[in-house]
Amino acid sequence: MLHLILFLFFGAICVAGAVNLLVQSHPINSALSLIAVMASLAAEYLLLGAEFVAAVQVIVYAGAIMVLFVITIMLLNAGAEERSKGSRVAILLGIPGVVIGGVLVAWTLLNRSNMQAVPIGALKGDPRDIARLLFHDFLLPFEVTSVLILIAIMGAVVLASRPQAVARGPRKDEG
Amino acid sequence: MSITTFVIISIIKSVAVVAVLLTAVAYSVWLERKVSAHIQNRWGPTRVGPFGLLQPLADGVKFIFKEDLTQPHVYKPLYIAAPIIAMVFAITSISVIPFGNWVNIGPWGTYLQITDLNIGLLVVLGITSMGVYGVALAGWSSNNKYSLLGGLRASAQMISYEVSLGLSLVGVVIMAGSLSLREIVDAQGGTFWGFIPRWNIFHGQTLAFFIYLISAYAETNRTPFDLPEAESELVAGYHTEYSAMKFAMFFMAEYANMVTVACLATLLFLGGWHGPIFGPPILQALMPVFWFCLKVFFFMFLYVWVRWTLPRFRYDQLMAFGWKVLLPLAVANIVVTALIVAWRA
Repeated sequence: MLHLILFLFFGAICVAGAVNLLVQSHPINSALSLIAVMASLAAEYLLLGAEFVAAVQVIVYAGAIMVLFVITIMLLNAGAEERSKGSRVAILLGIPGVVIGGVLVAWTLLNRSNMQAVPIGALKGDPRDIARLLFHDFLLPFEVTSVLILIAIMGAVVLASRPQAVARGPRKDEG
Repeated sequence: MSITTFVIISIIKSVAVVAVLLTAVAYSVWLERKVSAHIQNRWGPTRVGPFGLLQPLADGVKFIFKEDLTQPHVYKPLYIAAPIIAMVFAITSISVIPFGNWVNIGPWGTYLQITDLNIGLLVVLGITSMGVYGVALAGWSSNNKYSLLGGLRASAQMISYEVSLGLSLVGVVIMAGSLSLREIVDAQGGTFWGFIPRWNIFHGQTLAFFIYLISAYAETNRTPFDLPEAESELVAGYHTEYSAMKFAMFFMAEYANMVTVACLATLLFLGGWHGPIFGPPILQALMPVFWFCLKVFFFMFLYVWVRWTLPRFRYDQLMAFGWKVLLPLAVANIVVTALIVAWRA
């Protein structure tokens, strides 16, 4: 009973944060709503018994990635976005489309999978179990993912580096 | 133990620990003023109470009665929320710090810790990484270019040194085999050859200890890494537009972070509450807490000592040091520790 109440409470915060993210006009408010979504997702992971994933969600997502989002928004000084007139076509086709699509997906998933209730402690959440899965059973995907991340970092460094000013001499304003 | 008993004991523990933490924060300000004064060959606070011991009380009264200005040009929701965020996350991390062993009071017994999570170390790291928001949002909401730059510099510094901080602790976790703070301390019991204690600092994690200490000094924005605060001496800083109680909350959050760092350093590297225990049973229950507090006091003293001795880094030196020196050293420490532990197993 308490589990259901907590699940609904954090789920409500999550959905409210996500909706607020879309509704707000200033990007900093959207970023803060996304932080609330990440934190409530961490709480949901805790409710599932995955305490390691919850802690890593807070450390990595809410504590590092969102900090970088917030720093970028602050540096770029993007003001509140302008509101253009709403599109009637978008509302007439969009909202029923989203509702129908969501109902279809939910109905398919609920019908096709043979879901049973699982007690909380049955799912692997201990750091030891996760370590065994990550470094023993799924070692190859783990290593390939790290190479992917390395490629992304190298791409970011290349994109962000200034073009080499070799042919030209030093600029006037540089010493 | 019934639910009601558990809740009541937890509430008592939480209230006691937070009260002690806030007192420790207030008196660490006193410690800083006295130690810095004696380093600079002067007396420090001596008028208010014996040895100036009531000075924190006077400071508290001053902060409460000071005029609380709210500038018209700030972004009010975040301006008010930022010191609250900083304070909340600084105090929450004390909830997983163990102070001693199991104690029995009458028919009830409890660990001297608010809660013993099996991922306690990750919780502390997570709360530390969330504490960056207090600084970043304070700098931005003040609507002042100096605050913005100070806040951005401080948050970039904090997230850079979080990496080497976390990595330096992985060696300790490998040696203890658990992320639970209590189990890490329990793995440091006993002695080598009868008199050298098996603390992690003597047991192979010396490099990790120094990396942790340096990263923690940068994380809490203390000299020699206090350029975000030095800006407040030179130009401004993320708390320039704050006055009275809100500034006091930033101030207290910084010292509470220092206390947390000192507690973690004693738990992970100096053996926590391990120390010679003797005497009657009531004393034996309290001696571990005494040793823990003594080691934490040593780290607070070290913080103040380093602040008033060393000059500060320039910002580019600071960032280069964090990424180019500490990070590779921490990774090398993990590799060597893992190899030795695997070879011994």
